[in-house]
Amino acid sequence: MSDEERPRADANADVGAGVNGNAGGGANANENAGGGANGNPTGAETEAGADPGSLTPTGADAATPTAADATRTGATRTGATPAERPATPAERPAPGSPDAVVCAGLSYVFGETRAVDRVDLRVGAGEVFGLLGPNGAGKTTVIRCMTTLLPVPSGKVTVFGHDAAKEAMAVRRLLGYVPQQLSADGGLTGRENVTLFARVFDVSRKERAARVQQALEAVDLLESADRLAKTYSGGMVRRLELAQALVSAPRLLMLDEPTIGLDPIARTSVWEHIDAVRRATGMTVLVTTHYMDEADQYCDRVALMHRGRIRALGTPGELKADLRERRADDSEPTLEDVFRDVAGSGLGDEGGDFRSVRSTRRTATRVG
Amino acid sequence: MSEAPAAPRPGSADATTARPVDQLDLLLTPPTPRSGWRVPAARAWAMCLVELQKLRHDRTELYTRAVQPALWLLIFGETFTRIHAIPTPGVPYLDYLAPGIIAQSAMFIAIFYGIMIIWERDAGVLTKLLVTPTPRAALITGKAFAAGVKSVIQAVVVVVLAAILGVSLTWNPLKLLGVVVAVILGSAFFSCLSMSIAGIVLTRDRLMGIGQAITMPLFFASNALYPVAVMPGWLQVLSRINPLSYEVDALRGLLLGTHAHLLLDFGVLLVAALAGITAASSLLGRLAR
Repeated sequence: MSDEERPRADANADVGAGVNGNAGGGANANENAGGGANGNPTGAETEAGADPGSLTPTGADAATPTAADATRTGATRTGATPAERPATPAERPAPGSPDAVVCAGLSYVFGETRAVDRVDLRVGAGEVFGLLGPNGAGKTTVIRCMTTLLPVPSGKVTVFGHDAAKEAMAVRRLLGYVPQQLSADGGLTGRENVTLFARVFDVSRKERAARVQQALEAVDLLESADRLAKTYSGGMVRRLELAQALVSAPRLLMLDEPTIGLDPIARTSVWEHIDAVRRATGMTVLVTTHYMDEADQYCDRVALMHRGRIRALGTPGELKADLRERRADDSEPTLEDVFRDVAGSGLGDEGGDFRSVRSTRRTATRVG
Repeated sequence: MSEAPAAPRPGSADATTARPVDQLDLLLTPPTPRSGWRVPAARAWAMCLVELQKLRHDRTELYTRAVQPALWLLIFGETFTRIHAIPTPGVPYLDYLAPGIIAQSAMFIAIFYGIMIIWERDAGVLTKLLVTPTPRAALITGKAFAAGVKSVIQAVVVVVLAAILGVSLTWNPLKLLGVVVAVILGSAFFSCLSMSIAGIVLTRDRLMGIGQAITMPLFFASNALYPVAVMPGWLQVLSRINPLSYEVDALRGLLLGTHAHLLLDFGVLLVAALAGITAASSLLGRLAR
């Protein structure tokens, strides 16, 4: 273990990127990336509030009628029945407000490894955007550049119009970040964990207790709020972390593998809380995951990332419809099929180096 | 549970009937940012509070950490008081030793604080703190003060132990306040030293090794156990550049009333703490990757 190996720890992309003839996929992705959800009229969303699928913003150039239809059928959410959807999510940004996140030509190199390779990405305000890919695809590196944890060596990243490289403090004030590891402090109670984040986000003393209370209530942790976090189950810790992120009223919630290592019931619960909070506050959610089924179910739009590059981008419905057309058969493809298709043959198990696997296992053990 | 209010409040944007979220109004407005010097002060307070809360929940560390200083005072101190091997003008050796042991046990806590920052990094706690509106220097200052708080509690334990063993210490509140400040500044320096090393070596195992390797030399190359005058020349030089010596000197002057260079001591400790904070904050970025 030399020092030189360290920095690329969570990058672990691959040395041989591009040998699999994936160039086509990459080009395709870049084309789509331009037409994000920015032109999305907010009126349409509120009016058709009864239809869950209609919340899916459709890319201006990609929204052919068939694709849009497919979206409606494909991207229904089981978590919420139409009746429960509020007519107008609060704080829905006005049309013309800046995109939540814009990545232009973002590249990141660890040593000789191109962890992130010219990524173009646009996350519209108010949407749930999924960044998908296997271990070592570069998702975490992209997230870390957006959260100002890593510098932006080439390209540009803006969060609600603020440059992540130059206005780090302004960007951080807009973010609620939940890292991949279980990052709640086990030696503190749930309430103390949330209060710490209220403090470091400058919540005033007279508001603090009430805010913490609401954040805990939003994730259903009021009853266990005064127990030490180390006694929580994995799903509860994730919800606690969600409360920690929510207490500062972020405009962008960034979740790095929020359901990793959780059992299916806890996964659903975590997602339902994310979804409910999103609907109540109208905040933008950017999530990375390698569970394609979750992305299909909960994300408005997804980007499929493989070996540092975006291989496809669109609503889950669009991507599936697109693959169905190209395959020209009647079987209903899943998002995983789409992923296999765009990633080409390079989906061996070479992704994820020792440290990332170890860290994932450790997280899984802790949530056990 | 899913029953919505019969008449939805008209026109209120934040009225939400979404299950399970009932009341979220406060979570819709971002807090007003603090600015200027208030930021590091607030962060330091927040981190200190975390240390105190943790100690309240689990006091084991407080007890186990008291064992070593107790042994130093009881065995080493009592023995060397009897054999008069070390010349300590005017005061019994045990009295002379007590401030040294306070400084030493505070230093041990601070040196191993760097391990905690590596643990926090592996657990994602540090990552999350780095994404809050906390400048790196403020984060390190907070951690340094948190280490100081822990050390002060440790110091109280040693002072009580020393008092039980019959060491005649001052109870002048102003002087005790000075002791608190000296211990906090000293711990801030040593915790920053170990956080800087953490930023260089990046793994817990290596830091453990280095921590073990430097604590004893720092301790022995200081005036904690014996006066500088009895040291060989080269050790005197090491003792002069060792901030622990200044901490011990200040503690002795305040607690025992012996002759001390308080102005110089506090000056050196302050400069050392500031230098440590600067070094550790500039290396913190390495832990963020």
